[in-house]
Amino acid sequence: MTDNEFHIVVLIKPVPDMEKVRFDVEKGVVDRSSAPLEINPFDLNALEAAVQIKEKLGGEVTAVSMAPPAAESVLRDAIARGADRAVLLTDRRFAGADTLATSYALASAIRKLGRFNLIICGEKTVDGDTGQVGPEVAEMLGIPHIAYVTEIREVTKEKLLVVSELGAPYLMELKLPGLITVTKDVNKPRLPTLKDKLKARKAKVEVWSADDLADVADVSRFGFSGSPTQVVKVLVPPMKKRRSQIFKGEDAVDKLIEALEMEGLLR
Amino acid sequence: MVFAEQHNGKIHPVTFELLSKGRELADRKEVELSSVILGHQIREEAKELIYYGADKVFIFDHPTLKEFDSILYKQNIVSLIREEKPEIVLIGATHLGRSLAPRIAAALNTGLTADCIDLQLDEDGELIQVRPAFTGNILAYIKTKTKPVMTTVRYKVFKARERDPMRKGEIIEKEVKVVEDTGTKILGKIPREAVNISDAGVVVAGGRGLRRPDDLKMLEELASLLGGVVGVSRPLVDEGWASKDRQVGFSGNIVKPKLYVAVGISGSPQHLAGMKDSEIVVAINVDPSAPIFNVADYGVVGDLYEVIPKPIEKIKLRKMKL
Repeated sequence: MTDNEFHIVVLIKPVPDMEKVRFDVEKGVVDRSSAPLEINPFDLNALEAAVQIKEKLGGEVTAVSMAPPAAESVLRDAIARGADRAVLLTDRRFAGADTLATSYALASAIRKLGRFNLIICGEKTVDGDTGQVGPEVAEMLGIPHIAYVTEIREVTKEKLLVVSELGAPYLMELKLPGLITVTKDVNKPRLPTLKDKLKARKAKVEVWSADDLADVADVSRFGFSGSPTQVVKVLVPPMKKRRSQIFKGEDAVDKLIEALEMEGLLR
Repeated sequence: MVFAEQHNGKIHPVTFELLSKGRELADRKEVELSSVILGHQIREEAKELIYYGADKVFIFDHPTLKEFDSILYKQNIVSLIREEKPEIVLIGATHLGRSLAPRIAAALNTGLTADCIDLQLDEDGELIQVRPAFTGNILAYIKTKTKPVMTTVRYKVFKARERDPMRKGEIIEKEVKVVEDTGTKILGKIPREAVNISDAGVVVAGGRGLRRPDDLKMLEELASLLGGVVGVSRPLVDEGWASKDRQVGFSGNIVKPKLYVAVGISGSPQHLAGMKDSEIVVAINVDPSAPIFNVADYGVVGDLYEVIPKPIEKIKLRKMKL
């Protein structure tokens, strides 16, 4: 990589497939073995945005994840979808991280990578659903960010012109280096071709441990020990009790109308 | 301390809900409730924060703060928090709040819990933050061991107190720290047809069972007869049949109307996460095994094109008689 190449980092979270994942109601825990890991759906849009920008400006896209070793396949998928390089932070010392410790590890990894022009994240993840990691990483790296980007209008090596949802849509400018978090509206992610998949199978995923970041970070701020928030209890919320009257056949609609009248809903 | 979100000088209603919950927590802990507002020419509006429960209001008033700037807002709030040392900081889990709060938390190196739907105090007076995770499938109870405890709270989970214009409090003007160029700039607001489906009492939502974009008009008619609005599931937004502000679901809007009518929606987990707290759910779908029926109070297994015209006719007929 030469110095004036445009360098994009995409933060990717491997998450369980939400359509398949099961919850242990008794223990109140997520049965992580019940569903395979995949790229967080919102991060697919982040990756697609990065690849589109690279196609325009040239340069390199690096995918960075913090996850258990099994997530290597997820990063391979990121390569198939257009990432040039993939870094997996994996170490027991990263485990049990809340958003602050996660952001710290990811920000440290980006620092370790060296030069970057643009960081792109999905607006949130389907499992944690906090949307906090993007802005926290930006703060830790001391760069500006724009969250909830629904449209990227213009890109140059110096700045981005985007539409951001802040209660109303705003046209905004971001000076680079900077970070954006994107919503699903920003683009339609492409599917990887068979050729891309085959190429990705042979690609190398770089695996970094906590020690690998020791020169740029305070390792005590990783994982559980660096996490100020702790889950004290998890409950599967009881489903709201429903009347569950499902009508079928000839007079189904009449029965529905009757029921809604009884509820006082058809006035 | 409650962050008061304002747009064009008007305070976002989630602020008043947070003041109400904040008042309750402050009274139980026997501490003061403060609020902070940033903007331009907002001194008059700031009094509202006292009327709704704050003891003290900190104002940052400057032309550069007229519109949201995450770095300027963060810097001024962070220095205020360092001075005042509040135990708890509450921020609305709006787009703006969720863009701002993480920057503040990271700058203070403190814990932040997102999108809470309940706040409780344990026997030691420590805050327990309750939030949904895994697309609403579980509820996590979270404690924070650093100070301040920072929380973003979902809009419409707490009830605002009655406004009391006789309520007294202190308003403190703070000196604004200005940064020439923060790296982000708002160039303008993009006009759009404002539909607010989260506030509607009745939502009639259409999904993939609809054959043509035009068929949404049929739902529009039913919705207007019921005094409600039309929502859609994600695929219809993807197809460009409807705008994003009509989308119900995890990546769209979370609604909890008195009546939710799901028309031709099968009920993916993402969709259910956006409407499962509705009071009464009615589902119409050809597939008897559609998951939407599991959360329905009433349902009809049948062709929506045969079903929907009947209640429309019925209500019209009744309105004519009146």
